[in-house]
Amino acid sequence: MSELNLAKQQDLTKFTLKNLSPLRFITCGSVDDGKSTLIGRLLWDTKAVKEDQEERLRQDSRKQKDGLNLPEFALLLDGLQAEREQGITIDVAYRYFSTSKRTFIVADTPGHEQYTRNMATGASSAELAILLVDARVGILEQTKRHAMIASMMGIKQFILAVNKIDLANYDRQLFETIETEFSEFALSLGITDIISIPMCALKGENVVNKDLEHMAWYEGPTLLEALERATIRSKQTVGFRMPVQRVCRPNESLRGYQGTVSGGAVKPGDSVVILPSGIKANVTNIITFDLVRNAAVAGDAITLELDRNVDIARGDMISSIDARPLVGHNFSANIICLAQSGIVANKRYWLKSSSKLQRVVVEPISVIDLKSGQYDACDSFELNNIGKVKLRFEEEANFDIYDENPDTGSFILIDPDSNNTIAGGMISAKIEQVANIDNFNEEEIIVFSMSLVEAKKLQQLEGFKEISDKVQQTQTIKSKLRNLLSDID
Amino acid sequence: MNEPENHQKSPLEPHLKELEDEAIFIFREVAAEFENPVMLYSVGKDSSVLLHLARKAFYPEKIPFPLLHINTGWKFSQMIEFRDALIKRYELELISFTNPRGSSENVTPFTHGSALYTDIMKTQALRMALDEGQYDAAFGGARRDEEASRAKERIYSFRTPDHRWDPRNQRPELWSIYNGMIRKGESVRAFPLSNWTESDVWQYIRAEDIPIVPLYFAKNRPVIERDGMLILAEDERLELAPNEQIKQMDIRFRTLGCFPLSGAIKSEARNIDEIIEEIEIATVSERQGRAIDRDQAGSMEMKKREGYF
Ligand SMILES: Nc1nc2c(ncn2[C@@H]2O[C@H](COP(=O)(O)OP(=O)(O)OP(=O)(O)O)[C@@H](O)[C@H]2O)c(=O)[nH]1
Ligand SMILES: [Mg+2]
Repeated sequence: MSELNLAKQQDLTKFTLKNLSPLRFITCGSVDDGKSTLIGRLLWDTKAVKEDQEERLRQDSRKQKDGLNLPEFALLLDGLQAEREQGITIDVAYRYFSTSKRTFIVADTPGHEQYTRNMATGASSAELAILLVDARVGILEQTKRHAMIASMMGIKQFILAVNKIDLANYDRQLFETIETEFSEFALSLGITDIISIPMCALKGENVVNKDLEHMAWYEGPTLLEALERATIRSKQTVGFRMPVQRVCRPNESLRGYQGTVSGGAVKPGDSVVILPSGIKANVTNIITFDLVRNAAVAGDAITLELDRNVDIARGDMISSIDARPLVGHNFSANIICLAQSGIVANKRYWLKSSSKLQRVVVEPISVIDLKSGQYDACDSFELNNIGKVKLRFEEEANFDIYDENPDTGSFILIDPDSNNTIAGGMISAKIEQVANIDNFNEEEIIVFSMSLVEAKKLQQLEGFKEISDKVQQTQTIKSKLRNLLSDID
Repeated sequence: MNEPENHQKSPLEPHLKELEDEAIFIFREVAAEFENPVMLYSVGKDSSVLLHLARKAFYPEKIPFPLLHINTGWKFSQMIEFRDALIKRYELELISFTNPRGSSENVTPFTHGSALYTDIMKTQALRMALDEGQYDAAFGGARRDEEASRAKERIYSFRTPDHRWDPRNQRPELWSIYNGMIRKGESVRAFPLSNWTESDVWQYIRAEDIPIVPLYFAKNRPVIERDGMLILAEDERLELAPNEQIKQMDIRFRTLGCFPLSGAIKSEARNIDEIIEEIEIATVSERQGRAIDRDQAGSMEMKKREGYF
């Protein structure tokens, strides 16, 4: 190959690398299973540790008893003094590295139950989870808790790393037993995409390099190979969504609505609806610093200009008209309690989602028992509880189902007493409120009566759908209604 | 430096676009949620990127908060020149703050040692400036890949009324839903560049044509060697020890701070392409040249807990 061609080819690999979005993944699992060691080793073997950092690491490492003369790889991640003193991870560490094929953002999370909130922090933005298990110990309650949190947060791809296999004689049977036990549990959560890898994080066996000396029996990919092959969920959803972050008014004539598209796409000329007001308008311009654009898609931070002056404020949602989010006062959600204070029924909390703060009351419904995997009815949540709740809003709220759009289906709860974030939640459904005359604001009421055929037509109308949860609909027979109506003057 | 401001460019590579969108989201969120934000501006390359992103985030509006420069009085003179030209060009509001103890007690990096000097002229100065302005949010250009304790920090990093960071008790931060609820006196440091690496910063500077201080580019410059560092000898404030000799060398800086504490690297990288190439193959990290990071293990965390950026 000529020099020029070679150079071109190198350019090409660079180009493909950068064209992929980075893969975001986490390590999780029970305390001391080797998560930080594994990522440290991964950074080490992918040459992401520079000479000065290596020198520092060697200085900081205590003498290992095993005589391997290896540095304490976990110290590359455990950067807080308290973590170094205690030899555990307390808070999530973010690291960035790349291979010739791909770039990665890894969040190394703590295994200790006390710091589950920090594991959830890391899991919320990940596409893939490496779940570690100590081969000698097997699957623990904490392993299950982490698998469950990761799965609830929408992670579909799992790598089960059966670690410290060196301390278990590289026992193939043991590996297979753990693999089977986990896949049975995982199936109950709906997790099907699992790659199991036997490994020794400390010595880097099956991490970046295949171990043929002790584990020739293992035929699957190394950890790095599995990571390089992982897929990334498409962010493209059907309905256009743009939560308004702020309104900008650089001069008299321009009002721009600034936000990040969190679903669908938009172009000038599109008709949109503003929620909660329900007012409709047309997009005239998509403004960005660089150029006026002719379209924007999910992920784009933009400024929208509309064709009329409508009352729009921070927290409002600009949405496509035909594929709207769910609108209502009551929603059900999955939730993870992250604070010592727990969650109390009927207390008013702040709920933040998509740049909007709202008052909400939480009704606990059930909490999962990690041993049995069953949901038990409950009336409050304690730290680290995972379960289901009903949310009651004082003002109309709008969400998407989390599985359909994580950006507009996720929320946090904030305790107004402490200002602390006490829970993370994922919307699972809107609770249909049956309209009832007792909820109507005014005394005077209009009754329409029509045939079933006409009623069906009415229910299909766009305008009717908007108010359907405020209309009591009752089916009856002519003779009964005639009697009732004869009583009204 | 005077071509039209926002011109049609070729689209950004996807990973840079993602980082840019995230940073803009953070800028807008903080500007909307807090009453009195300020942006820390250190004149370095990360600050240059931060400033560029801030201008993009609010366009067509101007940046709705002032910039704050903690000036120790010992910055490279090229940095101050660059800063003043930029402020004028973009019509920005800049607050420059220097701790009065610097001149009243004659605190210098030579007399007080780098640790004490940094504490007084940077950490204390920052706290004084933030108190004076009563800012409830301060943007900074710190990146998680810079250092192990930074890698632990949230995007909204909560501070007590006396500016302390409690790394053991950070608020959970899920998805990109940031909790900006604070009481009076408390504040938040916000880091739009959290997920950027040094290489991302350079690639973005190249893609967006962002002006930076010329000291980042290699040039033949006078230097002395001191404590294993190459110190630029262009400043009359530098006093030479009897055994020190000025040499001419091709050097540049990977990070910029106070000139007596910033070590240069030998380099031939005279333009951005060459810098990016140099970083890709570099065997040492960018913080290697910083005296203040070398004082003791975990020193960054300690400084941060005290209120340093
Ligand atoms: N023999 C052996 N030891 C290992 C292996 N992986 C990790 N270790 C050791 O296990 C101990 C705990 O490792 P860490 O990486 O700190 O564990 P962790 O999962 O990050 O712990 P937390 O973050 O606190 O939950 C350390 O002493 C490691 O050296 C392995 O594959 N083989
Ligand atoms: Mg750990």
